[in-house]
Amino acid sequence: MKTIRAICLYAVLALLAVATIAPLVWMVMTSLHPPLSPIPTPDRLFRPERWAFSNYAYVLSFPELPVVRFIVNSIVVTASVVLVQLVICSLAAYGFARMTFRGRDTLFVIFLLTMMIPATVIVVPLFLTVHKMGMLNTYAGLILPYPYLSTAFGTFLLRQFFMTIPQSLDEAARLDGASDLRIWWHIVMPSAKPALATLAAFGFIWAWTDFYWPMLATSTVDMRTLEVGLSIFKDAYGTTNWPLQMTAAVIVMAPALGFFLLLQRYFVKGVVLTGIKG
Amino acid sequence: MSRNRNNWRGYFFVAPATLYLMLFSFVPMVVAAYLSLYRWPLLNPDREFVGLGNYVEALRDPFFRGAFVNTLLYAAMSVPLGMLSSLAVAVLVSQKLRGMAFFRTLYYVPAVSSGVAISMVWIWVFMPQDGLINYCLRLVGGAGDVDFLGDPHLVMPALVLMSMWIGLGPRMVIFLAGIQGIPQSLYESAQIDGAGAWQRFWHITLPMLVPTTFFVLVTSTIGAFQLFTPVYVMTKGGPRRATDVVVYHIFKEAWHKFHIGSASAQSYVLLAVILVISLIQFRLMRRQLQEAAEAL
Repeated sequence: MKTIRAICLYAVLALLAVATIAPLVWMVMTSLHPPLSPIPTPDRLFRPERWAFSNYAYVLSFPELPVVRFIVNSIVVTASVVLVQLVICSLAAYGFARMTFRGRDTLFVIFLLTMMIPATVIVVPLFLTVHKMGMLNTYAGLILPYPYLSTAFGTFLLRQFFMTIPQSLDEAARLDGASDLRIWWHIVMPSAKPALATLAAFGFIWAWTDFYWPMLATSTVDMRTLEVGLSIFKDAYGTTNWPLQMTAAVIVMAPALGFFLLLQRYFVKGVVLTGIKG
Repeated sequence: MSRNRNNWRGYFFVAPATLYLMLFSFVPMVVAAYLSLYRWPLLNPDREFVGLGNYVEALRDPFFRGAFVNTLLYAAMSVPLGMLSSLAVAVLVSQKLRGMAFFRTLYYVPAVSSGVAISMVWIWVFMPQDGLINYCLRLVGGAGDVDFLGDPHLVMPALVLMSMWIGLGPRMVIFLAGIQGIPQSLYESAQIDGAGAWQRFWHITLPMLVPTTFFVLVTSTIGAFQLFTPVYVMTKGGPRRATDVVVYHIFKEAWHKFHIGSASAQSYVLLAVILVISLIQFRLMRRQLQEAAEAL
Protein backbone atom coordinates (compact mmCIF):
# COMPACT_ATOMS: atom_id res chain seq x y z
CA MET A 1 0.00 0.00 0.00
CA LYS A 2 2.72 2.39 1.02
CA THR A 3 4.80 1.56 -2.05
CA ILE A 4 1.84 2.05 -4.35
CA ARG A 5 1.24 5.46 -2.85
CA ALA A 6 4.89 6.39 -3.26
CA ILE A 7 4.88 5.25 -6.90
CA CYS A 8 1.76 7.32 -7.65
CA LEU A 9 3.33 10.31 -5.95
CA TYR A 10 6.53 10.02 -7.96
CA ALA A 11 4.52 9.56 -11.16
CA VAL A 12 2.60 12.79 -10.57
CA LEU A 13 5.74 14.69 -9.62
CA ALA A 14 7.62 13.38 -12.65
CA LEU A 15 4.77 14.33 -14.98
CA LEU A 16 4.76 17.83 -13.55
CA ALA A 17 8.53 17.98 -13.88
CA VAL A 18 8.25 17.13 -17.57
CA ALA A 19 5.58 19.81 -18.05
CA THR A 20 7.79 22.32 -16.23
CA ILE A 21 10.91 21.57 -18.15
CA ALA A 22 9.52 20.77 -21.64
CA PRO A 23 9.30 24.38 -22.90
CA LEU A 24 12.84 25.05 -21.65
CA VAL A 25 14.23 21.90 -23.24
CA TRP A 26 12.56 22.90 -26.49
CA MET A 27 14.17 26.30 -26.22
CA VAL A 28 17.68 24.91 -25.77
CA MET A 29 17.32 22.22 -28.44
CA THR A 30 15.80 24.64 -30.97
CA SER A 31 18.73 26.97 -30.45
CA LEU A 32 20.95 24.19 -31.84
CA HIS A 33 19.04 23.77 -35.08
CA PRO A 34 20.50 25.50 -38.16
CA PRO A 35 19.16 29.05 -38.71
CA LEU A 36 15.92 29.33 -40.68
CA SER A 37 15.12 25.63 -40.31
CA PRO A 38 11.41 24.90 -39.85
CA ILE A 39 9.92 24.92 -36.36
CA PRO A 40 11.17 21.78 -34.63
CA THR A 41 8.18 19.69 -33.57
CA PRO A 42 8.83 17.22 -30.75
CA ASP A 43 9.71 14.37 -33.13
CA ARG A 44 12.32 16.44 -34.97
CA LEU A 45 13.57 18.26 -31.91
CA PHE A 46 16.46 15.96 -31.04
CA ARG A 47 17.41 15.28 -34.68
CA PRO A 48 18.40 18.58 -36.30
CA GLU A 49 19.84 18.59 -39.82
CA ARG A 50 23.12 19.41 -38.10
CA TRP A 51 24.07 20.63 -34.63
CA ALA A 52 24.40 24.38 -35.09
CA PHE A 53 26.52 25.39 -32.10
CA SER A 54 27.71 28.23 -34.32
CA ASN A 55 24.35 29.96 -33.65
CA TYR A 56 25.80 31.17 -30.37
CA ALA A 57 28.88 32.74 -31.95
CA TYR A 58 26.63 34.25 -34.60
CA VAL A 59 24.17 35.85 -32.15
CA LEU A 60 26.95 37.07 -29.85
CA SER A 61 28.63 38.84 -32.77
CA PHE A 62 25.36 39.81 -34.42
CA PRO A 63 26.00 42.58 -36.95
CA GLU A 64 22.89 44.65 -36.25
CA LEU A 65 22.60 44.37 -32.47
CA PRO A 66 25.47 44.77 -29.96
CA VAL A 67 24.64 41.66 -27.94
CA VAL A 68 27.90 41.68 -25.98
CA ARG A 69 27.20 45.29 -25.04
CA PHE A 70 23.74 44.20 -23.79
CA ILE A 71 25.43 41.60 -21.60
CA VAL A 72 27.83 44.18 -20.15
CA ASN A 73 24.94 46.59 -19.49
CA SER A 74 22.93 43.90 -17.74
CA ILE A 75 25.88 42.93 -15.57
CA VAL A 76 26.66 46.55 -14.61
CA VAL A 77 23.03 47.33 -13.81
CA THR A 78 22.30 44.11 -11.93
CA ALA A 79 25.49 44.19 -9.86
CA SER A 80 24.97 47.85 -8.91
CA VAL A 81 21.33 47.37 -8.01
CA VAL A 82 22.15 44.40 -5.79
CA LEU A 83 25.02 46.25 -4.12
CA VAL A 84 22.98 49.40 -3.44
CA GLN A 85 20.14 47.32 -2.03
CA LEU A 86 22.44 45.29 0.22
CA VAL A 87 24.00 48.41 1.73
CA ILE A 88 20.94 50.58 2.29
CA CYS A 89 18.68 47.72 3.36
CA SER A 90 21.15 46.32 5.86
CA LEU A 91 21.76 49.77 7.38
CA ALA A 92 18.03 50.35 7.74
CA ALA A 93 17.46 46.84 9.05
CA TYR A 94 20.12 47.44 11.71
CA GLY A 95 18.34 50.64 12.73
CA PHE A 96 14.95 48.96 12.93
CA ALA A 97 16.16 45.80 14.67
CA ARG A 98 18.76 47.17 17.08
CA MET A 99 17.93 50.75 17.99
CA THR A 100 15.11 52.65 19.58
CA PHE A 101 14.25 56.05 18.18
CA ARG A 102 11.17 58.15 17.99
CA GLY A 103 8.80 57.19 15.16
CA ARG A 104 10.56 53.89 14.51
CA ASP A 105 7.49 51.69 14.38
CA THR A 106 5.47 54.15 12.32
CA LEU A 107 8.30 54.45 9.82
CA PHE A 108 8.57 50.68 9.60
CA VAL A 109 4.87 50.36 8.80
CA ILE A 110 5.27 53.01 6.09
CA PHE A 111 8.12 50.95 4.65
CA LEU A 112 5.87 47.90 4.50
CA LEU A 113 3.01 49.85 2.94
CA THR A 114 5.19 50.91 0.00
CA MET A 115 5.26 47.25 -1.02
CA MET A 116 1.60 47.63 -2.04
CA ILE A 117 2.26 50.39 -4.59
CA PRO A 118 2.03 49.05 -8.14
CA ALA A 119 5.06 50.04 -10.19
CA THR A 120 2.71 51.33 -12.89
CA VAL A 121 1.67 54.26 -10.69
CA ILE A 122 5.16 55.62 -10.16
CA VAL A 123 6.71 54.77 -13.49
CA VAL A 124 5.46 57.87 -15.36
CA PRO A 125 6.64 60.48 -12.81
CA LEU A 126 9.81 58.48 -12.31
CA PHE A 127 10.49 58.75 -16.00
CA LEU A 128 9.86 62.51 -15.92
CA THR A 129 12.14 62.93 -12.88
CA VAL A 130 14.97 60.94 -14.43
CA HIS A 131 14.48 62.93 -17.63
CA LYS A 132 14.69 66.25 -15.69
CA MET A 133 17.86 65.09 -13.95
CA GLY A 134 19.37 64.40 -17.34
CA MET A 135 19.85 60.74 -16.44
CA LEU A 136 17.80 59.15 -19.19
CA ASN A 137 19.82 56.65 -21.17
CA THR A 138 22.60 56.53 -18.57
CA TYR A 139 23.63 53.82 -16.13
CA ALA A 140 22.65 56.07 -13.22
CA GLY A 141 19.15 56.38 -14.65
CA LEU A 142 18.93 52.63 -15.09
CA ILE A 143 20.18 51.80 -11.61
CA LEU A 144 19.10 54.47 -9.13
CA PRO A 145 15.34 54.65 -9.42
CA TYR A 146 14.92 50.94 -9.59
CA PRO A 147 11.18 50.90 -9.03
CA TYR A 148 10.61 47.19 -8.81
CA LEU A 149 13.37 46.15 -6.50
CA SER A 150 11.63 46.80 -3.30
CA THR A 151 13.79 48.45 -0.69
CA ALA A 152 11.02 47.69 1.77
CA PHE A 153 11.17 43.95 1.10
CA GLY A 154 14.93 43.89 1.62
CA THR A 155 14.76 45.90 4.82
CA PHE A 156 12.02 43.66 6.19
CA LEU A 157 13.87 40.46 5.29
CA LEU A 158 17.14 41.59 6.89
CA ARG A 159 15.42 43.03 9.96
CA GLN A 160 13.74 39.69 10.64
CA PHE A 161 17.14 38.01 10.47
CA PHE A 162 18.98 40.63 12.53
CA MET A 163 16.43 40.13 15.32
CA THR A 164 17.53 36.50 15.62
CA ILE A 165 21.22 37.41 16.13
CA PRO A 166 21.95 37.48 19.89
CA GLN A 167 22.64 40.97 21.21
CA SER A 168 25.29 39.82 23.68
CA LEU A 169 28.03 40.26 21.08
CA ASP A 170 26.94 43.84 20.35
CA GLU A 171 27.01 44.68 24.03
CA ALA A 172 30.45 43.24 24.55
CA ALA A 173 31.74 45.24 21.59
CA ARG A 174 30.02 48.36 22.85
CA LEU A 175 31.74 48.02 26.22
CA ASP A 176 35.02 47.91 24.29
CA GLY A 177 34.04 51.26 22.78
CA ALA A 178 32.95 50.12 19.32
CA SER A 179 30.66 52.47 17.42
CA ASP A 180 27.34 51.40 15.91
CA LEU A 181 28.83 51.42 12.42
CA ARG A 182 31.61 49.08 13.58
CA ILE A 183 29.09 46.75 15.23
CA TRP A 184 26.99 46.75 12.07
CA TRP A 185 29.96 45.93 9.86
CA HIS A 186 32.03 43.64 12.09
CA ILE A 187 29.41 41.76 14.08
CA VAL A 188 25.94 41.88 12.56
CA MET A 189 26.85 41.72 8.86
CA PRO A 190 29.16 38.68 9.12
CA SER A 191 26.53 36.74 11.08
CA ALA A 192 23.86 37.67 8.55
CA LYS A 193 25.55 36.17 5.48
CA PRO A 194 22.69 33.75 4.70
CA ALA A 195 20.11 36.55 4.79
CA LEU A 196 22.33 38.81 2.68
CA ALA A 197 22.72 35.98 0.17
CA THR A 198 18.95 35.62 0.05
CA LEU A 199 18.46 39.31 -0.70
CA ALA A 200 21.22 39.19 -3.31
CA ALA A 201 19.60 36.15 -4.92
CA PHE A 202 16.18 37.80 -5.21
CA GLY A 203 17.73 41.12 -6.26
CA PHE A 204 19.74 39.45 -9.00
CA ILE A 205 16.73 37.72 -10.51
CA TRP A 206 14.54 40.82 -10.30
CA ALA A 207 17.09 43.16 -11.83
CA TRP A 208 18.29 40.69 -14.47
CA THR A 209 14.81 39.84 -15.73
CA ASP A 210 13.26 43.28 -15.40
CA PHE A 211 11.82 44.67 -18.58
CA TYR A 212 9.53 47.68 -18.13
CA TRP A 213 11.94 50.17 -16.56
CA PRO A 214 15.04 49.49 -18.69
CA MET A 215 12.83 49.66 -21.76
CA LEU A 216 11.63 53.17 -20.80
CA ALA A 217 14.88 54.50 -19.37
CA THR A 218 17.01 53.72 -22.42
CA SER A 219 16.64 55.20 -25.87
CA THR A 220 19.71 54.13 -27.82
CA VAL A 221 20.52 50.58 -28.68
CA ASP A 222 23.90 50.57 -26.92
CA MET A 223 22.29 51.25 -23.51
CA ARG A 224 19.72 48.45 -23.66
CA THR A 225 19.89 45.57 -21.21
CA LEU A 226 19.75 41.94 -22.34
CA GLU A 227 16.06 41.56 -21.54
CA VAL A 228 15.12 44.59 -23.62
CA GLY A 229 17.57 43.59 -26.34
CA LEU A 230 15.86 40.23 -26.55
CA SER A 231 12.49 41.82 -27.18
CA ILE A 232 14.01 44.02 -29.92
CA PHE A 233 15.51 40.90 -31.41
CA LYS A 234 12.13 39.18 -31.29
CA ASP A 235 10.26 42.10 -32.85
CA ALA A 236 12.88 42.60 -35.57
CA TYR A 237 13.22 38.96 -36.58
CA GLY A 238 9.67 37.92 -35.91
CA THR A 239 8.73 34.31 -35.76
CA THR A 240 10.58 33.54 -38.94
CA ASN A 241 13.83 32.39 -37.45
CA TRP A 242 13.13 30.28 -34.40
CA PRO A 243 16.62 28.80 -33.95
CA LEU A 244 18.31 32.22 -33.72
CA GLN A 245 15.54 33.60 -31.52
CA MET A 246 15.91 30.72 -29.12
CA THR A 247 19.69 31.14 -29.14
CA ALA A 248 19.18 34.72 -28.01
CA ALA A 249 16.67 33.57 -25.40
CA VAL A 250 19.13 31.01 -23.99
CA ILE A 251 21.85 33.67 -23.81
CA VAL A 252 19.52 35.85 -21.72
CA MET A 253 18.35 33.06 -19.46
CA ALA A 254 21.54 31.07 -18.84
CA PRO A 255 23.16 33.49 -16.33
CA ALA A 256 19.98 33.80 -14.24
CA LEU A 257 19.53 30.06 -14.25
CA GLY A 258 23.14 29.43 -13.25
CA PHE A 259 22.84 31.97 -10.47
CA PHE A 260 19.63 30.34 -9.27
CA LEU A 261 21.11 26.83 -9.18
CA LEU A 262 24.11 28.20 -7.27
CA LEU A 263 22.01 30.01 -4.67
CA GLN A 264 18.80 27.97 -4.80
CA ARG A 265 18.67 27.13 -1.12
CA TYR A 266 18.59 30.85 -0.29
CA PHE A 267 15.38 31.32 -2.27
CA VAL A 268 13.60 28.95 0.09
CA LYS A 269 15.32 30.53 3.07
CA GLY A 270 13.95 33.95 2.18
CA VAL A 271 10.42 32.67 2.49
CA VAL A 272 11.10 31.17 5.89
CA LEU A 273 12.96 34.29 7.06
CA THR A 274 10.20 36.72 6.25
CA GLY A 275 8.05 34.59 8.50
CA ILE A 276 5.37 34.20 5.88
CA LYS A 277 4.69 30.81 7.36
CA GLY A 278 2.38 32.70 9.73
CA MET B 1 19.76 64.12 26.43
CA SER B 2 21.04 60.63 25.77
CA ARG B 3 17.56 59.74 24.53
CA ASN B 4 17.95 62.46 21.90
CA ARG B 5 21.37 61.12 20.90
CA ASN B 6 19.83 57.69 20.48
CA ASN B 7 17.20 59.13 18.19
CA TRP B 8 19.83 60.59 15.89
CA ARG B 9 21.86 57.39 15.80
CA GLY B 10 18.74 55.53 14.75
CA TYR B 11 17.89 58.09 12.05
CA PHE B 12 21.42 57.81 10.70
CA PHE B 13 20.93 54.11 9.96
CA VAL B 14 17.48 54.30 8.43
CA ALA B 15 18.17 57.55 6.54
CA PRO B 16 19.53 56.11 3.26
CA ALA B 17 16.67 53.67 2.76
CA THR B 18 14.10 56.24 3.84
CA LEU B 19 15.49 58.84 1.45
CA TYR B 20 15.51 56.26 -1.30
CA LEU B 21 11.88 55.35 -0.72
CA MET B 22 10.95 59.04 -0.49
CA LEU B 23 12.68 59.94 -3.74
CA PHE B 24 11.73 56.96 -5.81
CA SER B 25 8.43 55.85 -4.35
CA PHE B 26 6.72 58.53 -2.29
CA VAL B 27 7.57 61.62 -4.37
CA PRO B 28 6.57 59.93 -7.66
CA MET B 29 3.27 58.95 -6.02
CA VAL B 30 2.58 62.59 -5.22
CA VAL B 31 3.74 63.78 -8.63
CA ALA B 32 1.49 61.19 -10.30
CA ALA B 33 -1.46 62.43 -8.23
CA TYR B 34 -0.67 66.00 -9.34
CA LEU B 35 -0.26 65.04 -13.00
CA SER B 36 -3.53 63.13 -12.96
CA LEU B 37 -5.33 66.48 -12.55
CA TYR B 38 -3.94 67.88 -15.80
CA ARG B 39 -4.47 67.30 -19.46
CA TRP B 40 -0.93 67.09 -20.71
CA PRO B 41 0.22 65.58 -23.96
CA LEU B 42 3.90 64.99 -23.19
CA LEU B 43 5.21 66.66 -26.35
CA ASN B 44 3.25 69.81 -25.60
CA PRO B 45 4.85 72.22 -23.08
CA ASP B 46 1.50 73.53 -21.78
CA ARG B 47 -0.66 71.56 -19.45
CA GLU B 48 -4.24 72.39 -18.71
CA PHE B 49 -5.82 71.88 -15.29
CA VAL B 50 -8.84 69.62 -15.65
CA GLY B 51 -9.52 68.66 -12.02
CA LEU B 52 -10.97 65.20 -11.84
CA GLY B 53 -11.67 65.27 -15.56
CA ASN B 54 -9.15 62.52 -16.33
CA TYR B 55 -10.76 60.26 -13.75
CA VAL B 56 -14.24 60.86 -15.11
CA GLU B 57 -12.97 60.26 -18.62
CA ALA B 58 -11.20 57.05 -17.57
CA LEU B 59 -14.31 55.67 -15.88
CA ARG B 60 -16.40 56.53 -18.95
CA ASP B 61 -13.91 55.15 -21.46
CA PRO B 62 -15.30 51.81 -22.64
CA PHE B 63 -11.79 50.60 -23.56
CA PHE B 64 -10.42 51.34 -20.09
CA ARG B 65 -13.41 49.61 -18.53
CA GLY B 66 -12.88 46.73 -20.94
CA ALA B 67 -9.27 46.52 -19.79
CA PHE B 68 -10.49 46.22 -16.20
CA VAL B 69 -12.95 43.49 -17.15
CA ASN B 70 -10.12 41.62 -18.89
CA THR B 71 -7.86 42.02 -15.87
CA LEU B 72 -10.57 40.87 -13.46
CA LEU B 73 -11.25 37.88 -15.69
CA TYR B 74 -7.57 37.01 -15.73
CA ALA B 75 -7.27 37.41 -11.95
CA ALA B 76 -10.46 35.42 -11.32
CA MET B 77 -8.98 32.49 -13.25
CA SER B 78 -5.27 32.68 -12.52
CA VAL B 79 -5.44 33.37 -8.76
CA PRO B 80 -7.63 30.43 -7.61
CA LEU B 81 -6.17 27.99 -10.15
CA GLY B 82 -2.63 29.06 -9.34
CA MET B 83 -3.22 28.77 -5.60
CA LEU B 84 -4.94 25.39 -5.78
CA SER B 85 -2.29 23.87 -8.01
CA SER B 86 0.61 25.15 -5.94
CA LEU B 87 -1.02 24.08 -2.65
CA ALA B 88 -1.53 20.59 -4.07
CA VAL B 89 2.08 20.42 -5.23
CA ALA B 90 3.31 21.78 -1.89
CA VAL B 91 1.48 18.98 -0.08
CA LEU B 92 3.03 16.44 -2.46
CA VAL B 93 6.61 17.67 -2.08
CA SER B 94 6.26 18.03 1.71
CA GLN B 95 6.24 14.22 2.00
CA LYS B 96 9.38 12.89 3.59
CA LEU B 97 10.57 10.91 0.61
CA ARG B 98 13.81 10.87 -1.35
CA GLY B 99 14.25 13.38 -4.15
CA MET B 100 11.74 15.97 -2.96
CA ALA B 101 14.41 18.71 -2.86
CA PHE B 102 15.12 18.00 -6.52
CA PHE B 103 11.49 18.47 -7.54
CA ARG B 104 11.16 21.65 -5.47
CA THR B 105 14.18 23.18 -7.22
CA LEU B 106 12.93 22.11 -10.63
CA TYR B 107 9.46 23.61 -10.20
CA TYR B 108 11.04 26.93 -9.24
CA VAL B 109 13.04 27.27 -12.46
CA PRO B 110 10.37 29.03 -14.58
CA ALA B 111 10.06 31.77 -11.95
CA VAL B 112 13.70 32.81 -12.28
CA SER B 113 13.63 32.75 -16.07
CA SER B 114 13.48 35.86 -18.22
CA GLY B 115 9.89 36.95 -18.86
CA VAL B 116 10.58 37.85 -22.48
CA ALA B 117 12.35 34.55 -23.23
CA ILE B 118 9.54 32.57 -21.61
CA SER B 119 6.92 34.48 -23.52
CA MET B 120 8.72 33.66 -26.76
CA VAL B 121 8.81 29.97 -25.92
CA TRP B 122 5.13 29.97 -25.02
CA ILE B 123 4.26 31.50 -28.38
CA TRP B 124 5.51 28.19 -29.72
CA VAL B 125 3.66 26.15 -27.05
CA PHE B 126 0.37 27.74 -28.18
CA MET B 127 1.06 27.79 -31.92
CA PRO B 128 -1.43 26.13 -34.28
CA GLN B 129 -0.10 23.01 -36.05
CA ASP B 130 3.50 22.90 -34.82
CA GLY B 131 2.97 24.05 -31.23
CA LEU B 132 3.42 21.74 -28.24
CA ILE B 133 -0.22 21.65 -27.16
CA ASN B 134 -1.55 21.05 -30.66
CA TYR B 135 1.08 18.35 -31.14
CA CYS B 136 -0.19 16.63 -27.99
CA LEU B 137 -3.80 17.10 -29.14
CA ARG B 138 -2.94 15.33 -32.42
CA LEU B 139 -1.34 12.47 -30.51
CA VAL B 140 -4.68 11.81 -28.80
CA GLY B 141 -6.62 12.13 -32.05
CA GLY B 142 -7.51 15.83 -32.18
CA ALA B 143 -7.25 18.04 -35.23
CA GLY B 144 -4.37 19.96 -33.68
CA ASP B 145 -5.08 23.26 -35.34
CA VAL B 146 -6.30 25.33 -32.40
CA ASP B 147 -4.99 28.90 -32.60
CA PHE B 148 -4.85 29.66 -28.88
CA LEU B 149 -3.35 33.13 -29.16
CA GLY B 150 -5.46 34.06 -32.18
CA ASP B 151 -8.85 33.20 -30.67
CA PRO B 152 -10.35 35.90 -28.40
CA HIS B 153 -12.04 33.22 -26.28
CA LEU B 154 -8.97 31.04 -25.82
CA VAL B 155 -6.24 33.62 -25.41
CA MET B 156 -7.01 34.47 -21.76
CA PRO B 157 -7.16 30.84 -20.59
CA ALA B 158 -3.86 30.37 -22.46
CA LEU B 159 -2.21 33.21 -20.51
CA VAL B 160 -3.67 31.77 -17.29
CA LEU B 161 -2.11 28.38 -18.01
CA MET B 162 1.22 30.07 -18.60
CA SER B 163 0.91 32.06 -15.35
CA MET B 164 0.28 28.81 -13.45
CA TRP B 165 3.46 27.40 -14.95
CA ILE B 166 5.50 30.46 -13.95
CA GLY B 167 3.99 30.95 -10.50
CA LEU B 168 3.96 27.35 -9.35
CA GLY B 169 7.41 27.38 -7.73
CA PRO B 170 7.26 30.57 -5.64
CA ARG B 171 3.74 29.87 -4.35
CA MET B 172 4.65 26.25 -3.64
CA VAL B 173 7.66 27.33 -1.57
CA ILE B 174 5.50 29.67 0.54
CA PHE B 175 2.88 26.96 1.15
CA LEU B 176 5.67 24.51 1.91
CA ALA B 177 7.11 26.81 4.56
CA GLY B 178 3.62 27.03 6.05
CA ILE B 179 3.15 23.27 6.06
CA GLN B 180 6.53 22.72 7.67
CA GLY B 181 5.63 25.20 10.39
CA ILE B 182 2.67 23.09 11.55
CA PRO B 183 3.57 21.25 14.78
CA GLN B 184 4.04 17.54 14.07
CA SER B 185 2.30 16.68 17.36
CA LEU B 186 -1.06 17.77 15.90
CA TYR B 187 -0.79 15.12 13.21
CA GLU B 188 0.36 12.48 15.65
CA SER B 189 -2.57 12.94 18.00
CA ALA B 190 -4.98 13.00 15.04
CA GLN B 191 -3.52 9.73 13.82
CA ILE B 192 -4.06 8.18 17.26
CA ASP B 193 -7.68 9.31 17.02
CA GLY B 194 -7.89 7.42 13.74
CA ALA B 195 -8.08 10.35 11.31
CA GLY B 196 -7.29 9.47 7.69
CA ALA B 197 -4.96 11.41 5.43
CA TRP B 198 -7.80 13.42 3.89
CA GLN B 199 -9.28 14.27 7.30
CA ARG B 200 -5.87 15.33 8.57
CA PHE B 201 -5.47 17.63 5.57
CA TRP B 202 -8.98 19.06 5.95
CA HIS B 203 -8.98 19.53 9.73
CA ILE B 204 -5.33 20.32 10.47
CA THR B 205 -3.31 21.39 7.43
CA LEU B 206 -5.89 23.67 5.86
CA PRO B 207 -6.93 25.58 9.03
CA MET B 208 -3.30 25.96 10.07
CA LEU B 209 -2.44 27.34 6.63
CA VAL B 210 -4.94 30.21 6.79
CA PRO B 211 -2.35 32.98 7.33
CA THR B 212 -0.18 31.54 4.55
CA THR B 213 -3.16 31.26 2.24
CA PHE B 214 -4.11 34.86 2.96
CA PHE B 215 -0.61 36.05 2.12
CA VAL B 216 -0.54 34.07 -1.13
CA LEU B 217 -4.02 35.29 -2.03
CA VAL B 218 -3.17 38.97 -1.60
CA THR B 219 0.22 38.83 -3.33
CA SER B 220 -1.10 36.68 -6.20
CA THR B 221 -3.99 39.07 -6.76
CA ILE B 222 -1.70 42.11 -6.79
CA GLY B 223 0.56 40.23 -9.18
CA ALA B 224 -2.34 39.28 -11.46
CA PHE B 225 -3.40 42.93 -11.69
CA GLN B 226 0.07 43.85 -12.92
CA LEU B 227 0.26 41.41 -15.82
CA PHE B 228 2.37 43.04 -18.52
CA THR B 229 5.36 41.30 -20.13
CA PRO B 230 3.53 38.28 -21.63
CA VAL B 231 0.89 40.59 -23.09
CA TYR B 232 3.53 42.92 -24.51
CA VAL B 233 5.54 40.11 -26.07
CA MET B 234 2.85 37.59 -27.06
CA THR B 235 -0.41 39.33 -27.87
CA LYS B 236 0.01 43.14 -27.83
CA GLY B 237 -3.41 43.24 -26.19
CA GLY B 238 -5.15 41.31 -28.96
CA PRO B 239 -6.85 39.57 -30.56
CA ARG B 240 -9.75 42.02 -30.59
CA ARG B 241 -8.59 43.57 -27.27
CA ALA B 242 -9.20 40.29 -25.45
CA THR B 243 -5.89 40.65 -23.55
CA ASP B 244 -5.85 44.43 -23.27
CA VAL B 245 -5.22 44.38 -19.51
CA VAL B 246 -5.00 47.49 -17.33
CA VAL B 247 -1.22 47.83 -17.07
CA TYR B 248 -0.80 47.31 -20.81
CA HIS B 249 -3.59 49.82 -21.45
CA ILE B 250 -1.87 52.40 -19.23
CA PHE B 251 1.44 51.65 -20.92
CA LYS B 252 -0.07 52.51 -24.30
CA GLU B 253 -1.80 55.60 -22.92
CA ALA B 254 1.50 56.91 -21.56
CA TRP B 255 4.08 55.82 -24.08
CA HIS B 256 2.21 55.47 -27.38
CA LYS B 257 -0.27 58.32 -27.04
CA PHE B 258 1.83 60.34 -24.56
CA HIS B 259 -1.27 61.20 -22.53
CA ILE B 260 0.62 61.62 -19.28
CA GLY B 261 -2.27 63.07 -17.26
CA SER B 262 -4.83 60.44 -18.10
CA ALA B 263 -2.27 57.64 -17.75
CA SER B 264 -1.57 58.88 -14.21
CA ALA B 265 -5.28 59.02 -13.42
CA GLN B 266 -5.76 55.51 -14.76
CA SER B 267 -2.91 54.17 -12.66
CA TYR B 268 -4.48 55.73 -9.57
CA VAL B 269 -7.74 53.96 -10.41
CA LEU B 270 -5.71 50.76 -10.59
CA LEU B 271 -4.13 51.46 -7.20
CA ALA B 272 -7.55 52.12 -5.68
CA VAL B 273 -8.97 48.89 -7.08
CA ILE B 274 -6.00 46.89 -5.78
CA LEU B 275 -6.39 48.41 -2.31
CA VAL B 276 -10.14 47.78 -2.23
CA ILE B 277 -9.74 44.17 -3.34
CA SER B 278 -6.99 43.55 -0.75
CA LEU B 279 -9.26 45.02 1.90
CA ILE B 280 -12.20 42.85 0.84
CA GLN B 281 -9.96 39.79 0.95
CA PHE B 282 -8.87 40.76 4.45
CA ARG B 283 -12.48 41.24 5.55
CA LEU B 284 -13.52 37.90 4.12
CA MET B 285 -10.72 36.03 5.83
CA ARG B 286 -10.61 37.98 9.09
CA ARG B 287 -12.57 35.41 11.10
CA GLN B 288 -10.40 32.55 9.88
CA LEU B 289 -7.25 34.58 10.51
CA GLN B 290 -8.33 35.27 14.09
CA GLU B 291 -9.17 31.63 14.71
CA ALA B 292 -5.80 30.58 13.35
CA ALA B 293 -4.04 33.11 15.56
CA GLU B 294 -5.86 31.76 18.61
CA ALA B 295 -5.06 28.16 17.72
CA LEU B 296 -1.32 28.85 17.69
